[in-house]
Amino acid sequence: MPTHYKRQIHFTMSEQPSELHCRRYWQKNITLVMILLGVWFVVSLGAGILFRDWLDEALPKVGNAPLGFWMAQQGSIICFVIILYVYKHMMNKLEGEEGFTSKK
Amino acid sequence: MSQDYWNYIFIGLSFVLYIGIAVRSRAGSTKEYYTAGGGVSPLANGMATAADWMSAATFISMAGTIAISGYDASRFLMGWTGGFVLLTILMVPFLRKFGKATVPDFIGDRYYSKLARAVAVLCAIFICMTYIMGQMRGVGVVFSQLFGIDIPLGVAIGAGIVFVYAGLGGMKGITYTQVAQYCVMAFAYTIPAIFIAIALTNNFVPQLGLIGDYTAGMTDSIPFLTKINNINTELGFSEYTSGKMSKVNMFCITAALMCGTAGLPHVIVRFFTVKNVRAVRSSACWTLLFIAVIYLTAPTIGAFSRVNLIEKLNNTSYSEAPAWFKDFEETGQMAWVDKNNDGKIQYSGPGKSEAGTSSPFLGAKPTYPAYDAPKDQRIGVHGERLLAVKADMTNPNELWFGNDIMVMANPHMAGLPKWVIALLMAGCIAAALSTAAGLLLVLSTSISHDLMKKIIKPDLTDKEEVKYARMASFVALGVAAYFGINPPSAFIAKTVAFAFGLAASSFFPTLLMGIFSKKMNKEGAIAGMLAGISFTLGYIIFFQFLGGKPEQYLLGISPEGIGCVGMLINFAVAFLVSSFTPAPPQEVVDMVESIRLPDNPNDEGGSAPPVVH
Repeated sequence: MPTHYKRQIHFTMSEQPSELHCRRYWQKNITLVMILLGVWFVVSLGAGILFRDWLDEALPKVGNAPLGFWMAQQGSIICFVIILYVYKHMMNKLEGEEGFTSKK
Repeated sequence: MSQDYWNYIFIGLSFVLYIGIAVRSRAGSTKEYYTAGGGVSPLANGMATAADWMSAATFISMAGTIAISGYDASRFLMGWTGGFVLLTILMVPFLRKFGKATVPDFIGDRYYSKLARAVAVLCAIFICMTYIMGQMRGVGVVFSQLFGIDIPLGVAIGAGIVFVYAGLGGMKGITYTQVAQYCVMAFAYTIPAIFIAIALTNNFVPQLGLIGDYTAGMTDSIPFLTKINNINTELGFSEYTSGKMSKVNMFCITAALMCGTAGLPHVIVRFFTVKNVRAVRSSACWTLLFIAVIYLTAPTIGAFSRVNLIEKLNNTSYSEAPAWFKDFEETGQMAWVDKNNDGKIQYSGPGKSEAGTSSPFLGAKPTYPAYDAPKDQRIGVHGERLLAVKADMTNPNELWFGNDIMVMANPHMAGLPKWVIALLMAGCIAAALSTAAGLLLVLSTSISHDLMKKIIKPDLTDKEEVKYARMASFVALGVAAYFGINPPSAFIAKTVAFAFGLAASSFFPTLLMGIFSKKMNKEGAIAGMLAGISFTLGYIIFFQFLGGKPEQYLLGISPEGIGCVGMLINFAVAFLVSSFTPAPPQEVVDMVESIRLPDNPNDEGGSAPPVVH
């Protein structure tokens, strides 16, 4: 891929990703982690426990299951898998953007 | 062909497979012994971690816990899977980048202190011991089921097998064996669920059956969850989908399980076996996917088998009860006390009793007369097995069954083919063996590497270190087996839950602050760890062993959830102490900066595999 190729040249010259790249990488990492943790909290402890009564009554059912109950027993787990997939994808992208992609 | 033959064939075949793999991929060096050489593929490591993670407790008793407590059991489902999210985005990529073999290693280096390392080793030993006790119990349950022997003997046999098994393969052997074990477990868990889903809801996807209609009755089909709620309320239990645990307690237990998962040393160590940080993330993704396959099935098994068990047994006369009931009675996993002498099995919950009790007998577990007691003390008028404990006459319930029964008896109850039952047995054994082996490895390396080599005798040679590791695993297994035979608490899942509370209050905050705070120093970390774990342990011991009453719970939080409070105490104490003690030295700050960055693109093949010595 051309973008990767360009970055490769860049780092062969400067040996290390620059100070700026490192700082920006860490900040973006923190932002991503915060967002994902927010989603994580809302789908599990939020939807499954704290607000489950409201979810059960006010929102539509999943099949025959009240939404809060379903989130606690099934939905949250499905969301967790999605969260991890998004994390993996976004971090790999971020590493590419900030020049941390390895040669292989 | 009889059930026993099927069992022996399936279990025999699976053992041949595991041992074959363990021998083929046994560790050739100490590095392979501790971290499998660091070259395992993300997919394989994902499966192995899932098998390591899915303990006997999860496999055997989680569905039973769900069947008994319904919505309340969601704390285990969310707690154990949700913790994986924390583990993946907050912990393992950074610890992998750090690149040492054990968790106390990281804590010792990050907090530049032997004391911190020693405290971490102590915490690791506590946590692994608590956890492995539950595993040994699980092994015992499976073997007792399998060979019709008592649980204590089953525990002893299991301990022997695990010792031989973990000592031989090291991390490399364990990893590839666990891949095979995961496959066995996944099939063993999902196939019975599919059969039961078809039988009860006419839907071959159990997860859809759960939210679908109950079609097994002759009458019009009704939503399955309505059916199970009706059964529960009719028999005097709280509604299945409502639960009765307080919100604050539920929240605390779930949070403690989540944070505990992220601090469990034996899971973290698993991610040291892959090539680099990028592979860690991918591997964690696979792991959670594989875990989700089982965790999404567990609630369906719990709900289906509860309906099935009650429909089959309630108001059935003992003489007509299915054969499996008598088998489980024989192994002490089910019991019947004919309180009203009508010869029928009656099952009911606390709602049917004025005293609010529901146990058929006094005490938590059934006990039986000695084998050489006169026959009329052992066998009742209907041919049932008599108990040595007195009946609890404050309630009408006559049926007792352990949590383990829901998974174990499930295929019997649904009348599934014999090979399915045999497969399930093989799966149970795989679950127990894989986790016990993984834990034992961490336990023994904690003692040999972190305690002996890094603290007590730095001049230890490789050979001696491995010798200490073996000795440590032998002693640890002995202690674990003792507690497996005499469990300090009634249910396996509960015993395990304490390990998570301890991990949540000790490792999780300390690791988190070590990675995300450059200001955290050794004084703060040590004080925090000690405060967190001693508070949590004290609370657990007070309520579990010293007879504390539930009315004395702090804010209504039970011992299972107190790890959550212990964690907050850890954070608070750590920040307080670190604010008036000297900041960490520059090289530690540099180290923290370096682990925050991914692999350097100019290093060949990412960061180097962990350096053990």
